[in-house]
Order: sequence, then C-alpha cells, then structure tokens
Amino acid sequence: MADNTGRVIVITSGKGGVGKTTTTANLGMALAAMGEKVALLDADIGLRNLDLALGLENRIVYDIVDVVEGRADFKKALIKDKRNQNLALLPAAQTRDKSAVSPDQMRKVVADLLGDGFTFILIDCPAGIEQGFKNAVAGATEALLVTNPEMSSVRDADRIVGMLEAEGLHNPMLIVNRIRPKMVKNQEMLAVEDVQEVLGTNVKLIGVVPDDEMIITSTNRGEPVSMTEGSLAGQAYRNIAKRLKGDENVPFLDLDDKTTFFGRLKKLFASS
Amino acid sequence: MALNDFINKIFGKDDKTAKAVAKDRLRVVLMHDRAAIPAPVMEELRRELMAVLSKYVDIDETASVTLEDYEDAVALVANVPIRRNRLSTPVNRA
Repeated sequence: MADNTGRVIVITSGKGGVGKTTTTANLGMALAAMGEKVALLDADIGLRNLDLALGLENRIVYDIVDVVEGRADFKKALIKDKRNQNLALLPAAQTRDKSAVSPDQMRKVVADLLGDGFTFILIDCPAGIEQGFKNAVAGATEALLVTNPEMSSVRDADRIVGMLEAEGLHNPMLIVNRIRPKMVKNQEMLAVEDVQEVLGTNVKLIGVVPDDEMIITSTNRGEPVSMTEGSLAGQAYRNIAKRLKGDENVPFLDLDDKTTFFGRLKKLFASS
Repeated sequence: MALNDFINKIFGKDDKTAKAVAKDRLRVVLMHDRAAIPAPVMEELRRELMAVLSKYVDIDETASVTLEDYEDAVALVANVPIRRNRLSTPVNRA
C-alpha cells in the first residue's frame, strides 16, 4: 500500500442521516469527472444504500462479502458506472451484518483496489461507533467528517473525532451539510463558524453544502446532484472535489445572498 | 405571554437566539463528553478531593468541582472557600 499514490478516505459522521452516502456518491462522481480513477466502497453491510444514490442497484451481482469470502474476484464484483468509466462501486452485502467483514479483510480489499490503479477510494462508513465503524476506517488513511448544523449531529461528530484519533486518523476534514442560509441569517441555526468553533482546531473545514431540494430529486433518479450544473449543492460538491485534490484556492460558496433569486443566479454563473 | 416575547424580540430584549442557545448547550455537553467523567464519578472525585483538602485546611461545605472550557481544552476547576488555615496544627498521617 505504501508505494501507491492512491488516496483512501473514509466518509463518516457518527450520527445517521446526515448525508454520508449522498456525500460519497457526489464526491465520487465529481472526482471521476475530473479524471480521477475512483472506487466507492459501501461499508454499510446489511444496510446497503450507496448503490441507490448512484442508480446502480440493478447491476449488482457480487458484493464485498463475496469478495472477502472468495466467491468473486474484486474486479468481478466492481460495478463500472456507464456514465463515467472512471467510477466504480464495490457494493455492500444486503443480507449479512457488520461481522461479515473484519478490519484485516477490509485492508486487503483496499490494498487490492490501490494495486489496480485507483487514485481515490472513498469508503462510505455506517452510522454508529461499533464494529461497522472500525471496519470502515481500517483501510483508510484520511477521514472526512460529515455533520449538519444541528446539536446531536455535531455532538456525534465530536465523538467520532476522538475515535478516529484512536485509529490513527488525525485532523479529519469536515463538511457541514444542509446549511439553511436564511435560518443562519436569522440566528435560528448554527452557522458554519459555530460548528467549527465548537469542534475545535483539529478538524479542517473542506466544504459547506447548502440544503437543496435537488438532492432529493437527484437521489430519486439515481443521479448524484454533482452531475447537475444548475444545483448549488452540486456546485458545492464539485468545489469540495477540487479541494480534495489539493486546490486550496477554490472559494467557498457565498451562501449569504442566496435568498434572493438574482443573487443565486449570479453566483451560479460566476462559479461555473 | 406570546405577545410579550414578540415585543421583547422587536426591542432586542430577547435574551438569546435559538442559535445561541444551541451553541451554549453544545459547548456544555461537549465539555462533559470530552472529559468523559460520569456524574457519580465526578461526585466521588469531589468528596475525595474535599477529604484530602480538609486534612490541611478548614474548608467550606459549599466547595464545588466542575469541568470548564479553557480555551481549546477542558479544565477541572475546584472552587474551595477556606474558612481557616489549619496548617499550623500537626497533621495526622497515620
């Protein structure tokens, strides 16, 4: 693994329902569109969902448990996305549970994917802090934390920071998801700065994604919103993909004046 | 009541916004989460600390031990009012 340049990033949150799977699908799609060779690994065994976010649910033949138990080669289990050949999914098993894969087996799968030339491996971590979490982080060398600007989500994220630390994953990247600019402006919702301040300096903000109805419609269609030009959330994900690749000059979306229609339009044109 | 709240809000007398309340509550809860000391253990710590201190000084019963936010870390803060210095009297260490 050491002689390979591929990046292995676990996408985690502690709390469920904050947008881990949506984030994984969108960053994967955006990175693939930028020419990276991306493998998405669904580590949520028993509660498979990444396939749905990508619209690949009908193409699953083998899953990660088939791979670790030797019924299928990982290359055979990988589903290549027809919209972008750079993107592949290794689905979770739906009929098993978190004990079906061990941390060592996970490391082996990741090493095989790196050996196959993937430049980005994104691991969609299950909610919770139990075995599923430990498996998902086992093969990762970087962590990306997703949180919502809401108390229980931030609290769980803080707990995860400590657990990542224990697994040797320091200074995780942070995405604040589902920001509602109007509520922030009216002092009704935690601002990105509040979340950062509370979580402390050992997490590094890499993106802010506004709450966007297009996330729902695009997920319904199985098309990650980062494929859609007209979506603010899609733009946010594309920006995060650029920052992940090391471009630190990508400006953060100015969400302040997004409440007016023209402000929103202007920003979209300016950023594309 | 509701009208009162509304008037307070208009004149900026509303003590705290929903955001500020959330942030304050979060800070407190994270402080305890990070220190990871359960309440019964905290009480035990307080009692033992007081027992040791009272060997040397005459301390007030209102003494408190709390976890407080100290810049980017958590500090254990003991607030112990001293009634009288007892250091002049020999201490029994047996």
